[in-house]
Amino acid sequence: MTLATAHMIAQLNPTSFSWNLASDIRQILSYQFELHAFEAGGIVSVVSGIVGYFVVLRRSAFAAHALSHVGFAGAAGAAVLSVNPIWGLLVFCLGGAAVMGALGQRLRERDTVIGIVLAFMLGLGVLFIALYSGYSTEAYSILFGQIEGVSSGDVLLTLGVGVFTVLLIGAMYRPLLFASVDADVAEARRVPVGFLAIAFMVTLALAVAIAVQVVGVLLIFSLLVTPAAIADLVTRRPGRAMVVAVVIALACTWIGLVIGWYFPYPDSFFITSIAFAGYVVTRLAVRGVARRAARRARLDRQ
Amino acid sequence: MIGSTAPEPRSPHPASEGPVVRAVDLAAGYGAITIWKSATFDVHRGEFIAVLGPNGAGKSTLLRLLLGLLRPQSGTLEVLGQPPRRGNPAIGYVPQARTIDPEIAFRGIDLVRLGLDGHRWGFASPLRPRDSQRRLVDQAIEAVDASSYADRKLGQMSGGERQRLLLAQALVGDPELLLLDEPLANLDLRNQSEMAELVAEVARSRNLSVVLVAHDLNPLSRVVDRVCYVAGGSVVIGPPDEIVTTEVLSRLYGAPVEVLFDSRGRRFVVGIDEELAHPHPEISHGTHGRRH
Repeated sequence: MTLATAHMIAQLNPTSFSWNLASDIRQILSYQFELHAFEAGGIVSVVSGIVGYFVVLRRSAFAAHALSHVGFAGAAGAAVLSVNPIWGLLVFCLGGAAVMGALGQRLRERDTVIGIVLAFMLGLGVLFIALYSGYSTEAYSILFGQIEGVSSGDVLLTLGVGVFTVLLIGAMYRPLLFASVDADVAEARRVPVGFLAIAFMVTLALAVAIAVQVVGVLLIFSLLVTPAAIADLVTRRPGRAMVVAVVIALACTWIGLVIGWYFPYPDSFFITSIAFAGYVVTRLAVRGVARRAARRARLDRQ
Repeated sequence: MIGSTAPEPRSPHPASEGPVVRAVDLAAGYGAITIWKSATFDVHRGEFIAVLGPNGAGKSTLLRLLLGLLRPQSGTLEVLGQPPRRGNPAIGYVPQARTIDPEIAFRGIDLVRLGLDGHRWGFASPLRPRDSQRRLVDQAIEAVDASSYADRKLGQMSGGERQRLLLAQALVGDPELLLLDEPLANLDLRNQSEMAELVAEVARSRNLSVVLVAHDLNPLSRVVDRVCYVAGGSVVIGPPDEIVTTEVLSRLYGAPVEVLFDSRGRRFVVGIDEELAHPHPEISHGTHGRRH
């Protein structure tokens, strides 16, 4: 089913909101394309929550941002060649990760290299979009996500990449934490710090490639950074933070998809808005709790 | 160890024969540049050694050699009877504090835990936390008196508190040799001597050897056994009273240096100009480098 027909059906058969959430959701999921959106969105959320923890810990948000733009060039190039965009995303993101990981080991150098790669890839993406006759709709869906266009094949591929990504993080979990927090001691303890930097870039590239399908290139942070940043506010334990980030990413994606069903606006808008609101509310709540605790401590002392 | 009541995880290391570190005619440098050479010294078990000298003279380079991160240019170096190797579990290492992101959202206790199993692949099973590992982590944290704040984020600690947790991380693997790179930097005077006492106390109770890089001997004067002075392309080692003297340091720097004492017996080295504080390669290759 193509995007356009999917949307037409959605507009022609607006299942009305009934306050019976279970039956509403069952009804929404009875549409194939919406079921696929929920499946792909769910997989991407789990991966994003886990990888996002390390993005926040390692301060790699800029790398994630750049990788999504590399993915833009890849997806646009795939469109030109009439290949499924996810392949372009995967190939370009992996290539970009290898270049960025290999060239920029030190933080300052890394930012420069990432910036240079990012600028070139955006230029390439513009060229590919111009070469592609379908021009604006394709560009729009790459930039802002078009999850309702995900096919069952895409869901399977997303699942495969997602499982692989989680396995990679699992395999390098402890040394990656060590290298992220305390690179000097980690190096002395024989942790391969340089190799892990590249391996993490590759993992991030895979996460970015599948996340672009859901929220698009420009809104990638809403899944890869915001949930992990919220988790960072509420818990200090690495394992728990990852679980919280996954739950938040899942909530943002699925609630965004449900709301998007009832409104003629892009799902990615709802997903990013829920993530943003979640961050603001959590931040204010955490500050409130801290303030109350401080006041109580002051009273205790008096 | 008579009357030792410290809650030790394992028995103190047996007094094996041979020094903990043995260096013979050792030279260190990067590429074609020699930083210092002709260093011959031993570090004995339980000994506390302060490594002093101007910036850029090669103090941290000595630690990198011991850690196996850098190969000697020439000469022999042995750690516990073997050539240095990366990842030697018998070494506990605390790098300069500024290498850790001060804002990082990571708990102190998790940092200590990394010292135990951070180098292992995979993850620890969250379903079956091992009590023995948790006990080792708790003991290391208790040893540095950091229990009250170990579960705060590193970003919410003072420099001294963070430094203590780094020390706990180095201790948790039950090492025989502690290498500390400027653990007193950025601490105020009271914290400096507290930290020095703490390192000495921990080393005493666990029979550890300590090699501690510092800028100033004074906060350490009560705890050091010997001083290792790195300057002017060479390394000399000996008791503080024999090394930190006008004669020895002037010879080492190849320029007039004066060691002054204040009314409380604290030493001050004066007369080191910038030129010598940041030696040029030709000074490092220098002809005035003397063996002790």
